[in-house]
Amino acid sequence: MFWPALQGFWLALTSWDGLSAPRFVGFGNFSDMVSDPIFRTALKNTAIWLVLFGGLSVIGGFGMALLLQRERRGVGIYRAALFTPVVFSLVVTALIWRVFYQPDGLVDTVFRTVGLGNFIRPWLADPDTALYAVIVPALWRQIGYVMVLYLAGLKAVDPALYEAAKVDGASAWQRTRYVTIPQLKGVNSVVLSVIVIDSLRSFDIVWSMTKGGPYHSSELLSTYMYSTAFQSTQLGYASALAVVIFVLALAVILGYLIRAFREES
Amino acid sequence: MIRRTGYHVAMGLISFLWVAPILWVIVISFRSFDDVAANGLGSLPHSFTFSTYKSAWEDADEFRALINSLLVTIPAVLLSLGLASVAAYGLARYSIPLRRTILLLMLMGNLLPPQILLIPISRFVELIGYYDTLIALIAVHVGFGLGFYTFVLHGFMRDLPREIQEAATIDGAGPGKIYSAVILPLTRPALAALGALSFTWIFNDLLWSITVIRSGEKMPVTPALLGLQGLFVSSWNVIAAGTVIAAVPTVAVFLRFQKHFVGGLAIGAVK
Repeated sequence: MFWPALQGFWLALTSWDGLSAPRFVGFGNFSDMVSDPIFRTALKNTAIWLVLFGGLSVIGGFGMALLLQRERRGVGIYRAALFTPVVFSLVVTALIWRVFYQPDGLVDTVFRTVGLGNFIRPWLADPDTALYAVIVPALWRQIGYVMVLYLAGLKAVDPALYEAAKVDGASAWQRTRYVTIPQLKGVNSVVLSVIVIDSLRSFDIVWSMTKGGPYHSSELLSTYMYSTAFQSTQLGYASALAVVIFVLALAVILGYLIRAFREES
Repeated sequence: MIRRTGYHVAMGLISFLWVAPILWVIVISFRSFDDVAANGLGSLPHSFTFSTYKSAWEDADEFRALINSLLVTIPAVLLSLGLASVAAYGLARYSIPLRRTILLLMLMGNLLPPQILLIPISRFVELIGYYDTLIALIAVHVGFGLGFYTFVLHGFMRDLPREIQEAATIDGAGPGKIYSAVILPLTRPALAALGALSFTWIFNDLLWSITVIRSGEKMPVTPALLGLQGLFVSSWNVIAAGTVIAAVPTVAVFLRFQKHFVGGLAIGAVK
């Protein structure tokens, strides 16, 4: 596991086409990145992805968990409905939504019905919308997952705390704000780590929907790394991109590990 | 009363919106090509046919892709859980030096972004002559999952009461016997949860499959689905049918192990 990772770091310092021997170039790959416009797009898109995909799935997942935390009739069905997409592979998710985005598909029909026909465009083929058209299905799948994590967290909150707050006259909003949210600190940090790591890893859905196109408009660091490695076979440069992804993830991983082992002891 | 009705109406609507895409794709998968061509993908169905499924199953050979998927997924799940449970047993029940460091390294290996390993592993697999084989894919999945499964199972086994092991030792059971006859049966819920989870993870994988496997007839169903797009350009009804076929196994596992599955996802959250 770690030996190949070390190799990856070494390759990041080389220029290598996979056929001849790798040539050592020091930090040349990294200085190339600074002036690489595609890299900058990919970095920017990864940041957008992190904020929109991460932020909205936390908000959506937490909101749904709050709405569905009380056991009552029907709740099981609602939970199952929201959770169903989680079991699909991202490729299945991507294809389902590609069918929608087709010209004259359901999305276009809905837009036309509500009188927004002028906005219709080739959603995945338009550089202005491609990235966002990919985020929507990714969210569709992630919200149910985050919801399950929060539901588990909410279950662990001592009901006596709510009772006490209720007796003290706290409103539903105050109970959420001052009882639930502080109690969920542990879950929050797990969700945060999961989201950041998932965002940096996100590859499948973008690859299946747009391959990072058109004109790199939906390129993420992970897709750019893959196509650099296996389509243009610049293995050294691709390894350097992987190191960037690694460093970004490392901060999160360290936080996660420190937490995991503080509880261990 | 009104509030409760409002709640159910709102939640019912959200739930419906959530599953609507799935239902819609299932509907499309039964529409004939002429119907789609004449009325567009956004219209209600005017036809009903199974020929789309036949095309996906036979012409696109999704049958073989499914077999490949199972040939990879089942051994990978069994192998990684087997190895992880032995490792977790050792780490949890015996005082092995540096065991915290070992666990930490294992967990860290799992959290590593796969991108950093992509090139070295694809090269290594090529070097030892296993490029484009299902065995290589199984090995990658086992290697990748092991750390996390060990970590979770370790947490679970550590919480089992010590007395059980002591009693078994007094009765003359060796470590192997304790593992197979005492610890493993008690760990079943965690194993079931991890089994259901890892099944879907491995089955749904795209990145490693397209990295390690090249030839079409060895592709598991998840990456093969992408190939379907090239094969049936704009025959979205066939693609929809292919998508439904590829989703069935994970949905089946989910329905069968529903409780374990959700519990497994939650393990990380409360731990």
